[in-house]
Amino acid sequence: MVKILPENLNQLAVMVEGAHCAACIGKIESCLDREPGIQHARLNFTTQRLNIEWSGSPSRANDFVDRVESLGYKVRPFESFRQTSTEEEKFLLLCLGVAAFSMGNIMLLSFGLWTTNEQTMGMATRDFMHWMSALIALPAILFAGRPFFRSAFRALRSGTTNMDVPISLALILTSGMSLFETVHHGAHAYFDSVVMLMFFLLIGRYLDHRARRQARSAASDLLGAVSGFASILEEDGHIRRLPVSALKPGMKIRVAAGEKIPADGLILEGETTIDTALVTGETLPREARTGTHVYAGTVNMSSPVTIRIIKAADDTLLSDIIRLMEKAQQAQARYVRMADRLARLYTPVVHTLAALAFFGWLGMGMAWQPALLIAATVLIITCPCALALAVPVVQVLATGRLMKSGILIKSGDALERLACIDTVLLDKTGTLTIGQPVLQDNNIPPEILRPAASLASYSAHPLSRALKKSHEGPLLTFTDVQEYPGKGLEALYQGEVLRLGSRDWCGDRNSPAGTHMELWFSRGEEAPTVFYFSDKLRDHSTETLRALQKHGLEIILISGDRAEAVADMARQSLIAQYHAEMTPVEKYEVLEKLKSEGKKILMVGDGLNDAPVLAGADVSMSPATASDLAQNAADIVFMSEGLKPLLIAYETALLSQKLVEQNFALAILYNVFAIPLAMLGYVTPLIAALAMSGSSLVVIANSFRLHGGKT
Amino acid sequence: MSVLLYIIPLALFLGLFWLAGFIWSLKTGQYEDLEGAARRIFLDEDDH
Repeated sequence: MVKILPENLNQLAVMVEGAHCAACIGKIESCLDREPGIQHARLNFTTQRLNIEWSGSPSRANDFVDRVESLGYKVRPFESFRQTSTEEEKFLLLCLGVAAFSMGNIMLLSFGLWTTNEQTMGMATRDFMHWMSALIALPAILFAGRPFFRSAFRALRSGTTNMDVPISLALILTSGMSLFETVHHGAHAYFDSVVMLMFFLLIGRYLDHRARRQARSAASDLLGAVSGFASILEEDGHIRRLPVSALKPGMKIRVAAGEKIPADGLILEGETTIDTALVTGETLPREARTGTHVYAGTVNMSSPVTIRIIKAADDTLLSDIIRLMEKAQQAQARYVRMADRLARLYTPVVHTLAALAFFGWLGMGMAWQPALLIAATVLIITCPCALALAVPVVQVLATGRLMKSGILIKSGDALERLACIDTVLLDKTGTLTIGQPVLQDNNIPPEILRPAASLASYSAHPLSRALKKSHEGPLLTFTDVQEYPGKGLEALYQGEVLRLGSRDWCGDRNSPAGTHMELWFSRGEEAPTVFYFSDKLRDHSTETLRALQKHGLEIILISGDRAEAVADMARQSLIAQYHAEMTPVEKYEVLEKLKSEGKKILMVGDGLNDAPVLAGADVSMSPATASDLAQNAADIVFMSEGLKPLLIAYETALLSQKLVEQNFALAILYNVFAIPLAMLGYVTPLIAALAMSGSSLVVIANSFRLHGGKT
Repeated sequence: MSVLLYIIPLALFLGLFWLAGFIWSLKTGQYEDLEGAARRIFLDEDDH
């Protein structure tokens, strides 16, 4: 992955995740700058890409990766597709710059041409000005028109047509006619119109591209959950860091406590608990010892283990889920964006009208040059500029606005799809609820709570963490804490044995079992105390769901957890319909069934087990605490403790959909007036270009109402 | 009218000067990380 540069320099580009502010940039860069030999370390905040250049041995790349990881950021191998996307954006900006330059200079000349006539300025001066305009315009059109020419050419070669075909035709026809007029000392040179048209179209193109690029860069790689680095244990006992994609069956890997297991395998050594929440949706971790199967994507919680890989990274349970997801995505790709649907109708109509104008006037005995000029005017005036701007402007504004409330839109048309939904599928653990248990009974005497919470602070088990959190004030410190995987924690305190753990290990086996999650605490020979835990609803969840129902949406809870737990949550959040104990495949079947009934579905979920449904639903959201894979599959990611973003996103989607429709209506209304005038020959290309720009400005102004609008 | 002979080349020169500046800023990657640049002003230069 390291690129060798001349002069003994090495370069490494990696993705850094988790940088959210200026302090992060400063921390990462200054930490690397302190390393000897570093020539250059710079983090691109927009693309989350870190570029490092250093002199010396290429193998030091691992140290730098470790250094950044030790600051608490996730480092991933860099994926190259993002590069091409910024290249394209740069190219569009360059074209925009060239078009702006030529437009500015031609306008200076055109102003003279518009305000005087042939008699006052003389034939020679007019010709001179026309030639100057041609000199500026033609190279600029050849250069900056390429985005349109290319796309039109590609479409024509594959036997189809798109919006760029009439645009290219209008550009070429009008500049050709203007050149013809200039050569023949005529008055009808419209280089200014062509360049202005191109400039406005390029703005729309650039905004559209930016909206999509933002969407893509918010997403990570599809295989994100298994990309990254793993520690390989070699035969000679050395540990080597390799990208996860290079893992092969038979290799031995070390997985430290708190690390993600990179591939399916068998535990060779060590005893631990595994958090499978992201794969199965269960809240409580599972025990694992020598010989236990572990799955990629689960998290090792308590102690380091050695694992022998039995399946390569692309052949795991996780990749089964990914395959199901890909299938779902293909089924979903049939969605056609509103602008494209309109374009499909629009282009043939525009071509026909232009041809009709040309042959109509020719038939009525007009010479071919003015007839062609009228045809070109029709093309300019119907130019889908306002149409091309209608969606991207609203999208860029809506995306920016949602971003401020911590909601990231990952795919360009997500809002459009969100506005059409009628059913919401909600996952339970981690989505409707926080996904972390909370202590239920607050009346436990401090002389018990304090040592129990102190002991709990030595473990990463979710129940222990919840217990620790429920205690305020200083904790006791123990020197000799033992963790028994699957049982609990043990420590000596003032000559007594303290135990915190399962019912079988230190609890009262005869007490009646409830439906809650529980943790037992015993001190010496005293009777053990029990702590009950339950998951907590996210903030604002009931109000949000209420409001969504008021919008006419049907809400269904869908979870892999136990039936009682799901029923309990459904009751608390007033959801009438729920499905419990669902496997990932069953969840997907529920989705397919609803889809076959013609429902438009929003899926909100966070686990790996939700990923296929997230990918297959019409539109999907996941919280920022979700597994990487779920975040990849979702169209929208929100960063909030509460469930409010659901409502904010939905209402913004409705509002922007309304604005897009208004924009389309404005653009069509304009065409209805302008096309007949143009076809009858009352409009010159100059007026056409002005009218076209005017309609674009109206559309942009309308879109900005999004900022003033109430949600 | 002979003033045109000065004024048009002058306008063109100014325009080209701006265009060259724009292309330079584009090539040196100044539009690649607009958000990062906005946040970098909060960083102190002397901390490393």
